[in-house]
Amino acid sequence: MATDTILLAHGSGGRLTHDLIGEVFLRHLGNPLLAVQDDAAVWTLSNPGPERLALTTDSYVVSPIFFPGGDIGRLAVCGTVNDLAMVGATPLYLTAGFILEEGLPRADLERVVASMAAAGREAGVKIVAGDTKVVERGGADRMFITTAGVGEVPNGVCISGANVRPGDVAILSGPVGEHGIAVMSRREGLEFSFPLQSDCAPLNGLVSEMLKAGGPIHCLRDPTRGGLATTLNEIAGQSRVEIEIDEACVPVSEGVRGACEMLGLDPLYVANEGKLVAFVAPGEERPVLEAMRRHRYGKEAAVIGRVTSARPGRVVMKTLFGAHRILDMPSGAQLPRIC
Amino acid sequence: MKHVDEYRSPESIGRLLALIAGRSHTPVRLMEFCGGHTHAIFRFGLRQLLPPTVRLLAGPGCPVCVTSQADLDRAIALSRVRGVILTTFGDMLRVPGSTGTLQEARAEGADVRVVYSTIDALSIARDNPEREVVFLAVGFETTAPSVAAAVLTAENEGLKNFSILSLHKRTPPAMRAILDAGEVALSGILGPGHVTTIIGSDAWDFLASDYGMPCAVAGFEPFDILMGVYALVDGIESGSSEGVNAYGRNVRREGNLQARRAIDRVFFVRAAEWRGLGTLPASGLFLRDAFSGFDAASRFPVRVEPVEEPKGCLCGDVLRGRAQPPDCLLFGRACSPEHPIGPCMVSGEGACAAHVRYREG
Repeated sequence: MATDTILLAHGSGGRLTHDLIGEVFLRHLGNPLLAVQDDAAVWTLSNPGPERLALTTDSYVVSPIFFPGGDIGRLAVCGTVNDLAMVGATPLYLTAGFILEEGLPRADLERVVASMAAAGREAGVKIVAGDTKVVERGGADRMFITTAGVGEVPNGVCISGANVRPGDVAILSGPVGEHGIAVMSRREGLEFSFPLQSDCAPLNGLVSEMLKAGGPIHCLRDPTRGGLATTLNEIAGQSRVEIEIDEACVPVSEGVRGACEMLGLDPLYVANEGKLVAFVAPGEERPVLEAMRRHRYGKEAAVIGRVTSARPGRVVMKTLFGAHRILDMPSGAQLPRIC
Repeated sequence: MKHVDEYRSPESIGRLLALIAGRSHTPVRLMEFCGGHTHAIFRFGLRQLLPPTVRLLAGPGCPVCVTSQADLDRAIALSRVRGVILTTFGDMLRVPGSTGTLQEARAEGADVRVVYSTIDALSIARDNPEREVVFLAVGFETTAPSVAAAVLTAENEGLKNFSILSLHKRTPPAMRAILDAGEVALSGILGPGHVTTIIGSDAWDFLASDYGMPCAVAGFEPFDILMGVYALVDGIESGSSEGVNAYGRNVRREGNLQARRAIDRVFFVRAAEWRGLGTLPASGLFLRDAFSGFDAASRFPVRVEPVEEPKGCLCGDVLRGRAQPPDCLLFGRACSPEHPIGPCMVSGEGACAAHVRYREG
């Protein structure tokens, strides 16, 4: 029995719930582990396999749920896949919990779940367990998704925000600010004459190529909320180092630059969902950079700065004209300017 | 990016800096009136690149910062009026009044919405005919025309549930007040480019005629700002106090006549209270009687208690150029972007925020 909108009864555990599981979730996400429909997914560890696993979780509440270049479903898969990839893990399985607002068009849910399936195929991960709750109208904003992910960490890989050393080279995988600007422009109904698309993408393939290229990678991080500047500050604090970046080397697309100029935003503080920053030992950056540029999500990778021991915990930026200023953690959300 | 890159080329900036260094012999203290200039100067690190003879001081040109505590309290009280949707530019959300901030009022249930232009505020009014939509009109002559246009549009459409709280201010009286006070020794003024696009460079003629003070109107790209600095240094070295328009691609002598007519049609000029500068004659823009139906101040009378400035906060002195942000004992300690005490720490154009956000490394 298919209804056009999500009803409270779809979360009741009764017939409608089962219909939804069968017609939406199993149909799009179907895989042998999910199809068993037990209370938990069970699988066998590879033997001999890696000694370590990585586990992470994240919740997604983006508004609007559909935006240029992606949607909440793609984001929920890529975000968690990327968190696993940033410790060097090979993502294997995800779980997905849905909180749906009563009245959500069923077609929207289908579109999101199909998008999760596509992102999962691209990333090579399977969604093996899930849950659905429906809350009354106003109790949620259309749809919230929580995903958790598990991955295997290859033996010998040791990547952490605390591992950056003075002398390391910072590499950025591509232009910053695309996700934040795309979502914001849709949310605020801003029309730009240039195309603005979220960069939302799974980065595990890119990371795998980087690891194969040799050259010890000390740290990987995806600069999501708070943007590149925030991520660099986190790493400078965790590793007790100073990071100096060169403004002229940080790629920013024309569209994002234009939108940021108009809105009074700084692209270095705007969210990304398909970029990473890597720290590699000095002299080892060339093979890593080349491997990145061969991958579809790293074509515009660039060295953006270096690590020193000068004043631990600080991020300094050399401006276009050679002046130096501190690149601080942001406080609160960036606000548009007044005149 | 066109219209940006040509004003940010490291080569032309380098040449301009060398020209300034070659021309500047006498030490000068130049006040950039506009908070937009202050932020660009810090963002691009221009202070570090100028010769030691050229010192730049931030001025009062931040509309959020000069909004008086009482006006802020009035806005917050308005947001709590039943049925009101208060629309505002984002900068105002976090500015502390004596009774909290608009952001806190929103968290407590007030309907406060951030808009990017008055057009958005009008749309909200059209979409919510059963509610009262108030636009918090904060800004200098730059934003006043769009607010005037919104009032005229609302009148044309017969949009009865739209009104504004006009806290608009005119910049020339503030400049005059700073020079009359004589607290800061200044050699020249970097004039506000966007404001002057509206009011015209003639509006600053009094600086030379009444005060013998050179003024160069400048744009906001690094090249524009340094062009203004060069014009000032060059004039001062040759003993001239004649005003210079260093933003010729936007600024005309008479300004934007259409925008000025819209302001004149909707607003009249009266004394207004400025934080840090007190009550300045002919410095405020208020709705004319013909538009009193759009005046939120009379439609929703709210009571606010007279309040004192936060203890120890030097925002007033910073706005007058008397103190630099680090001179304030609260700066970076009790007062930070996370816990702002004074408005200069909040606004995108505030001097304290610029000092913290772009401090030299």
